[in-house]
Amino acid sequence: MSAALETINLAASTGVKGNLGAVAYGLAAIGPGVGIGLVFGHSIEAMARQPEAMPVIRQNMFLGFALCEVLALLGLVVPFIFS
Amino acid sequence: MSTPATLLAESGCHINANCAFPAPGLNSFNFKPIFSIGSFDFTKPMLLAVICMLIVVGFFWAAFRKPKLVPGKLQLVGEIGYTFISRSIARDVIGKKGDKFVPFLTSIFFFVWIMNIMSIIPLAQFPVASRFAYPVALALLVWLTYMYLTFKTHGFKGGVKNLVWMEGLPKPLIPLIVFLEFLQNVITRPFTLAVRLWANMFAGHMLIVMFSVASWYLLTPSIMSAFAGGSFVLAIGMTAFEILIQFLQAYIFTLLTSLYISGALEEGH
Repeated sequence: MSAALETINLAASTGVKGNLGAVAYGLAAIGPGVGIGLVFGHSIEAMARQPEAMPVIRQNMFLGFALCEVLALLGLVVPFIFS
Repeated sequence: MSTPATLLAESGCHINANCAFPAPGLNSFNFKPIFSIGSFDFTKPMLLAVICMLIVVGFFWAAFRKPKLVPGKLQLVGEIGYTFISRSIARDVIGKKGDKFVPFLTSIFFFVWIMNIMSIIPLAQFPVASRFAYPVALALLVWLTYMYLTFKTHGFKGGVKNLVWMEGLPKPLIPLIVFLEFLQNVITRPFTLAVRLWANMFAGHMLIVMFSVASWYLLTPSIMSAFAGGSFVLAIGMTAFEILIQFLQAYIFTLLTSLYISGALEEGH
């Protein structure tokens, strides 16, 4: 609590203004960014190794992409819920 | 100006005209009602949703009204769409049992896709799914189908087991896993299904509006108009990117729907 207050005081004293939600979304996008990178990277590797398995890999790639992506999108939604 | 403008053309704002940048926000998604019946307002997203419904129903009715062994042009296009869902989604994910659900999946896919495509059609230029109620209604439909199939296939006891149970767990973990499985299967699944579609369309529309407003705002009779040109090029680029995202989101929505259906149909997991 006091740490948060200190951060706010620091922000006020240095004249940094803006919406904390933007920072929060930036943080929320890190994990899914890494995740989506891994999903696509490994899928491409798998497709290169075994081109005949491409339909199955592509389908699972989009599935993994969707499951990672939703974390970033939840970060987008949270400010609207708490505003 | 008392209320922020919904449409770009309503703000005659340019740089150097003592006029702050009219940043697009939630106001870009609130439309004045076209007409009202009592307290019921009929707005542009509703009109677009009805048009999308008519397009999907009309197209498939026209394509398959009199099916021929040697398909005509319209029937050929309809069959390509139908077999795309049947082969790449229903057969691959659900298997043989999935043939029954192909019409359901096809309607969902094409309805969501056409609703998304409205984002880039001139004059419409609004993704219907960026108002949260539309994806919620679709996700609710999927959720009801999922629940119905679960309890129909396994009976009440087996259905509950299918939703919350996992085989071969150590005893102390059971309450935690049951709670997490319940949360995942019953609450998070429909919520994320709706949020994924909504947030993608919302963010995509916001990006396009952002760059369009910026190119209008930066347009002045001076060399600075080059920036407006850059912004306009980005708006075009974003539109092209959105075409990809729109198709992908409709595909993912249908893929996850079929995944839930296959989860409801299979024996334990």
